Amino acid sequence: MLREKHHQYIAAILKRYPVKRSAMLPLLNLAQREEGYVSEAAMKEIAAILDLTPSQVYETATFYTMLNLKPIGTFHIQVCKSLMCALVGADELIHWLEDHLGIKVGETTSDNLFTLSVVECLGSCATGPMMQVNDDYYERLDRQKVTQILDDLRRNGTSPLKSGPFMCPEPVPPSS
Amino acid sequence: MAQYEKILLRNMEQPGYRGSLHEYERTGGYQALRKVLRDLSPAQVIEAVKNSGLRGRGGAGFPTGIKWGFVPKDHPGPKYLCCNADESEPGTFKDRQLMERDPHQLLEGILIACYAIGAPVAYIYIRGEFRLGAKILERAIEEARGAGYIGPRILGTDVGIEVYVHQGAGAYICGEETALLESLEGKRGLPRFKPPFPATHGLYQKPTVVNNVETLCNVPHIVNRGAEWFASIGSPPKSTGTRIFCLSGHVKRPGNYEVPMGVTFRELIFELGGGMRSEKPLKGFIPGGASAPFLTPDHLDVKMDFESVAQAGSMLGSGGVTVMEEGTSMVWAALRLMEFFYHESCGKCTPCREGSSWILQILQRIWAGGGRPGDLELLEDLCKNIEGRTVCAFGDAEVSPVLSTLRYWRDEYEALIHQAEATRTTKGEIPVLTM
Ligand SMILES: Cc1cc2nc3c(=O)[nH]c(=O)nc-3n(C[C@H](O)[C@H](O)[C@H](O)COP(=O)(O)O)c2cc1C
Ligand code: FES
Repeated sequence: MLREKHHQYIAAILKRYPVKRSAMLPLLNLAQREEGYVSEAAMKEIAAILDLTPSQVYETATFYTMLNLKPIGTFHIQVCKSLMCALVGADELIHWLEDHLGIKVGETTSDNLFTLSVVECLGSCATGPMMQVNDDYYERLDRQKVTQILDDLRRNGTSPLKSGPFMCPEPVPPSS
Repeated sequence: MAQYEKILLRNMEQPGYRGSLHEYERTGGYQALRKVLRDLSPAQVIEAVKNSGLRGRGGAGFPTGIKWGFVPKDHPGPKYLCCNADESEPGTFKDRQLMERDPHQLLEGILIACYAIGAPVAYIYIRGEFRLGAKILERAIEEARGAGYIGPRILGTDVGIEVYVHQGAGAYICGEETALLESLEGKRGLPRFKPPFPATHGLYQKPTVVNNVETLCNVPHIVNRGAEWFASIGSPPKSTGTRIFCLSGHVKRPGNYEVPMGVTFRELIFELGGGMRSEKPLKGFIPGGASAPFLTPDHLDVKMDFESVAQAGSMLGSGGVTVMEEGTSMVWAALRLMEFFYHESCGKCTPCREGSSWILQILQRIWAGGGRPGDLELLEDLCKNIEGRTVCAFGDAEVSPVLSTLRYWRDEYEALIHQAEATRTTKGEIPVLTM
């Protein structure tokens, strides 16, 4: 399935490494982008591509926390709970999200839209509290902003409030 | 407030600068690569980096030129450069900015490093969460390839270098250089025993240099402006150049600040960072990412260079400075960091794997009001049995929040335990390990 759809990408990835197994994470990441999680079928296919056994792929996949081995909601909300974010209100945000979505951390809403997770530092400690939703970062969060983001996601599948190329503090234009 | 010349953040601090190839070239970008290919032998480049005094910005502070010099020159097979863009140390967010705002500065550094050590291939190992950074780098690589800076015959010479972005998938330990190599080989990210060192037996057992993003970003500037210029910045001879300090926590203006090494914590926190966010005074701070022992307001005048911070009993580490105000429980802070280390321990070494879970359970118990007499001695004993007894430096890192908060704020731990003693019923213990 991966091979049919992503034939060229896979060929290009394999060319980058002298040893096939190095393509493991790129292919696992690809499988997850495709289905939202890494299915057993995908792991078997990756094993075939890399000339490995399925258990070698499984063994590797279980090490990496970003790889979901079970299906999750359309939007994976991952809130950072490490110390630097916790100092500026991450815990309050997590509790509020639980109430707002009506689920606990680790659960998925009944409409299958949102899965809520807490994660460790995502490299935006100066702009916390923050969360990652699928590929995008959202920073300097408060309730109002999160409400808006969730609305946007429900409606459009994306939100303009996501972070662009990161810089903090922003450059100050020279005062005239 | 003192003004310092920016080196790494100079371009991106120009309003409107977006880091495209065209913009980078307009500020003098890729001149260093041209100069190197035209005028300098690999040995001369290594010599210049040695003379500059540049030391690694990833945490350990190893002299970069010396590391490059360890790579065997006459090795017949391929050699590799791995750029460590895993940036997962809590409190650190400088590499993300360097990659997303000025990707060509990093690429130029990578290309010069490859030339110096004779590596035809570089992999940028970037943490999986940095999807935006990975896309920006991939775009920049294509731009650079189009302009002849990357490819089989760079700028018409017979030097060929390829650069690839390799995304991780969530594992702090993959920032440790040998775990990074394992991960890049498609395996679980378990650190390797050293020696042998990557310089001789690295990726695919071939000679390999692993360097941090910020380290490599300095290289073009050293080539352009000279080793002596670089060596005159900061606190020579041992801490030369600038560093980007990542300021977070209870300050008015958190963010990335590039200053010459040797500026004091007081200046960073109270001048650049605007001081505390409220009237509450400073209680303590972490000077170099989650792995660095905590310091107190008594250490505010310590200079931010490798030696001074080590003398104060901590380390400059990854450059992440986290500030905590009065009212923050240091037991809670240590517990929060320990949750991180417990979660991220790769499980290879028994002291770290078992010890992190025991320490976490004891801290959770103390914090939940179930502390017992003897707990603090037990914590210290556990820490001493982890420190120095693991394959990689993770073991030393995970005990530092515990040992340092015990050292400076032991009374907070004791108060919690006394309180627990006073209110303890005969019912006994509290369930632990909620993760
Ligand atoms: C547990 C652990 C995590 C690390 N994480 C990183 C990291 O995310 N980024 C980094 O550059 N170095 C990290 N390091 C340091 C690397 O092992 C290595 O020293 C560094 O990449 C070398 O580059 P440099 O000499 O340019 O600093 C880590 C080390 C340890 C022990
Ligand atoms: S602590 Fe939350 S992003 Fe670093």
